[in-house]
Amino acid sequence: MTPVSTPTRTENMRPDQVRAATGFWSLQIGLLTALVLAILFAVGIGAVAIPLPITVQVIGSHLLPGWIAPVADPTQDQIIWVFRLPRVLLAVVVGAALAVSGTALQAMTRNPLSDPYIFGVSAGASVGAVLVITLGSAVMGGVSLSLAAFLGALLSMILVYTLAQQQGRATPMRLVLAGVALSYVLSAVTSYLVLRSATPGGGAAAVLTWLAGSLGGAKWEQLGLPSAVVVLTTFLLIAQARPLNALMAGDETATGLGVNVERFRQQLFLVTSLLVGVVVAVSGSIGFVGLMIPHLVRMVVGSDHRRVLPTVALGGGVYLVLVDLVGRTIMAPQELPVGIVTAALGGPFFLWLLRRR
Amino acid sequence: MKLEVNDVAVAIASRRIVNEVSLEVVPGEIVGLIGPNGSGKSTLLRAIYRLLKPAAGYVHLGGNDVWKLSARESARRTGVVVQETPSDFDFTVAEVVEMGRTPHKGMLEADNARDTQIIADALARVRMNAFVERSFNTLSGGEKQRVLVARALVQEPKLLVLDEPTNHLDIRYQLEILNLVRTLGITTLVTLHDLNLAAAYCSRLYLLADGHIATSGAPEEVLTPAWIRAVYEVDAVSAPHPVTGKLHLVFTALADNLVST
Repeated sequence: MTPVSTPTRTENMRPDQVRAATGFWSLQIGLLTALVLAILFAVGIGAVAIPLPITVQVIGSHLLPGWIAPVADPTQDQIIWVFRLPRVLLAVVVGAALAVSGTALQAMTRNPLSDPYIFGVSAGASVGAVLVITLGSAVMGGVSLSLAAFLGALLSMILVYTLAQQQGRATPMRLVLAGVALSYVLSAVTSYLVLRSATPGGGAAAVLTWLAGSLGGAKWEQLGLPSAVVVLTTFLLIAQARPLNALMAGDETATGLGVNVERFRQQLFLVTSLLVGVVVAVSGSIGFVGLMIPHLVRMVVGSDHRRVLPTVALGGGVYLVLVDLVGRTIMAPQELPVGIVTAALGGPFFLWLLRRR
Repeated sequence: MKLEVNDVAVAIASRRIVNEVSLEVVPGEIVGLIGPNGSGKSTLLRAIYRLLKPAAGYVHLGGNDVWKLSARESARRTGVVVQETPSDFDFTVAEVVEMGRTPHKGMLEADNARDTQIIADALARVRMNAFVERSFNTLSGGEKQRVLVARALVQEPKLLVLDEPTNHLDIRYQLEILNLVRTLGITTLVTLHDLNLAAAYCSRLYLLADGHIATSGAPEEVLTPAWIRAVYEVDAVSAPHPVTGKLHLVFTALADNLVST
């Protein structure tokens, strides 16, 4: 009889064989701290620099009005509370939403290259947004830009899911192909609408800006719905972390582990589509966050969704706050759309990933 | 638990791959499902572990129709070891085995001490406890297979279903995995390509041909030259294995199958 194997000896293993055993909770606390610091830091930077103590006092005076006195200068108060804080918080919400949906979609399609826009959501939203920009809101039945984008996103999702059906099943492969195909078609529609718009040149600039993704002009009223959706869906996904893990191992394995694969995939599709649709409606299509953050997080904490999901939510939030900060300051007083900054970072990221493997 | 498959038909794209198949596995038995490629072995297995719904007939496990059970309840009874599609995502061995607890845990329910013990026991049984923190994708074929068996064990199954567990494995690991299955004592249904392995490790066999059961019984009754010629189109001679004394087959191609020179 051969002897029972000796206990774990990670030192004897090659680095590529062992994933770094990082303390999970210390990472969460670290990220949360980083998030709070990033928010406070980012809010103080801009055309008018505002020192940190003032920032803290402004926020404190609004959150706890009886306890903390408002700052002496009402302009500073306005800059922080009306202009910058909503924008920074929107960055947190959008970053978290994109990272979480990217994670869920990569699991659902078992494809490491999936991102939140893989099902044509962004292309559909673009069509809605472009219709409002080029034809005017009045022609579109008084629908706002955000609502039009959301409806466009929803419509394209329904189309993709319907097109991918075969004998009552929508396999990941078919969903991805349908999404890609529809994205191409809708992008063509978008370009066409821009070309044919009544205001030549004028429409194109606005559309390009929207497509590049921006957090500018964020208002408090815009935060409510996306925040609620992000928090709710992240919790829902964390609750389904085990089935998500099982799904990543394969349809047969997942079925063997008691997951109703077809129904679960439908639920995931619904949840992620809602999440991405809401986010795209409010911020345009910001690329790479939903693709990069899940990979970076998995490199540190592994693929178990109970660890990945909370981490990507926090990580995505921190990331987008900082990226938006760069976009606001690097070309001041002009603003570089946040989507361009993420794209500029995304390319090198993939090259680095390529070299690592 | 007893597995009863009664008159089952399974169709894929309106073509019946499996038709009028009945089989049973009594508690503690290891039953082998053999047959040439395309005979419907994997398809039949999928109907048993609830991936494909039968077009006709029923599958009863422990007296219950598996399709009337919830997916989770079925997974609590049946542990499955199938060919794992290579994944771009990496899990540690511990995480892979821990997935086996999925049918037993509710939403947001964390692993407790009992779960940890079950996982540790399963890894010890397949002798992979030194590999807990290893990345699954870096394991050899035989090691991966053992981890997958551990995952099935962790489900605490009453029935173990293995689909071609010896495929792509070196001979050492083929024997190792089947030896392991034999020591488990769980009711087992296994599909095998290698007829000698089937003869050595299974107490009963079902021979599948073109989606039907051609014959069934003890290895000596099923693996006769006549049946092998009829289903596999080769000539076989059986002799007792020099060491184990069990049925052992030696093959030659049929005269009329040989390409004329």
